[in-house]
Amino acid sequence: MDTQPPPSSAFDQVVVPHLDAAYNLARWLTRNEHDAEDVVQEAALRALRFFGGFHGDNARAWLLAIVRNACYDWLRRNRPAEASASFDEEVHSSAVDQDPTPEDLVIEQAGRHRLREALEALPLAWREVLVLRELEGLSYREIADVAGIKMGTVMSRLARARSGIQQQLAVDSKRE
Amino acid sequence: MICSEFRAVLHAFLDGELDLVRQVEIEDHLRTCGACSRIHQAQLALRSALKSDELYFRAPANLERKVRMAAQPAERKRLPRPRMPAWIGASFAAAAVVALAIFVVPKLSRPSRTERIAQDVVSAHIRSLMPGHLTDVPSSENHTVKPWFAGKLDFSPPVADLSAEGFLLVGGRLDYAADRPVAALVYRKGEHLINLFAWPSGSTHESTEAADARQGYNLLFWTRGQTNFWAISDVNAAELRQFASLVRAHLS
Repeated sequence: MDTQPPPSSAFDQVVVPHLDAAYNLARWLTRNEHDAEDVVQEAALRALRFFGGFHGDNARAWLLAIVRNACYDWLRRNRPAEASASFDEEVHSSAVDQDPTPEDLVIEQAGRHRLREALEALPLAWREVLVLRELEGLSYREIADVAGIKMGTVMSRLARARSGIQQQLAVDSKRE
Repeated sequence: MICSEFRAVLHAFLDGELDLVRQVEIEDHLRTCGACSRIHQAQLALRSALKSDELYFRAPANLERKVRMAAQPAERKRLPRPRMPAWIGASFAAAAVVALAIFVVPKLSRPSRTERIAQDVVSAHIRSLMPGHLTDVPSSENHTVKPWFAGKLDFSPPVADLSAEGFLLVGGRLDYAADRPVAALVYRKGEHLINLFAWPSGSTHESTEAADARQGYNLLFWTRGQTNFWAISDVNAAELRQFASLVRAHLS
């Protein structure tokens, strides 16, 4: 690192400590490694530009909000259908009210790759809250800030995301 | 506690978002209700499966270096530039015209500062026109755009609804100019986009509009209501002047 030019405070305070989190979120939202790298680079540039506007103490949530917006911008540009897929909470909510069955327990036997596929198959709006909650460990308040939604919406989307994964895995196991 | 109550708050319970009293009530319920307990167990199983390292994508080893390289030009841009860019000479004629306008004279006494802001504004404008960079909050509603800035800036930018006059609000964006984060408001006039940058002036001094033209764009800047405004667009100078006077009128 000695040969590097002097690092910027913004870069070392906000970007570097949370680079894994930034990349993980970008990877799950774009579902592609190279695209995730592009998005993280763009997000880092934005973070640097807006660093003066960062007054809080939660650098990770602040950076993840920028990464999330950069992901959506990237998707709008490169996969407009995916980004603009009209998202209807009602249409997508059928899974929620069903009583879970013992098949939910198939999760324990499901291979990791199936779990990954099930998570990737979720609608973008559900996937992001689940990744922020389960993989990044963010609170509802933080998720609401990062995704720009209400805390009640965070909870209902989490419920739907979890239910969606469980159903997908149950279907997979029946096929065998 | 009945089962339907439990199911309603199941996820908040799982995520530790309930207050202690509710948390304890639910734990009691789970001890006595087999059906709810099974649901809870299934959720715990999903959670522990998702915690797997195999599902967490860590940044590739060289990503930090790539990001650092990409960030360098942006950082340099924020440092004062001792040398004037070559294209200043080309726009000397335009600058001379500007100098004739009497209200510019106070600005010219501090050319380096205004000069740098103008450069920032032109760069930010061009950057905003690149795909995907125009707005952080796309909305034609000033009641949506204005609150969006809350918590992102240390001031609340004025957002005027000028749709009746043919200038449609496209959205808002955070940007960086004049060595600070600024609000960028985007308007559309026909096919032309206008960026209006705003930030606190830090004094009660006011100034009327001063004009400039750079790299094919018209610029207007003024200070009013303790706010600095810079408008830039490829609309013609008369239309930009109309836009500026509408902004002034709406905010006075």
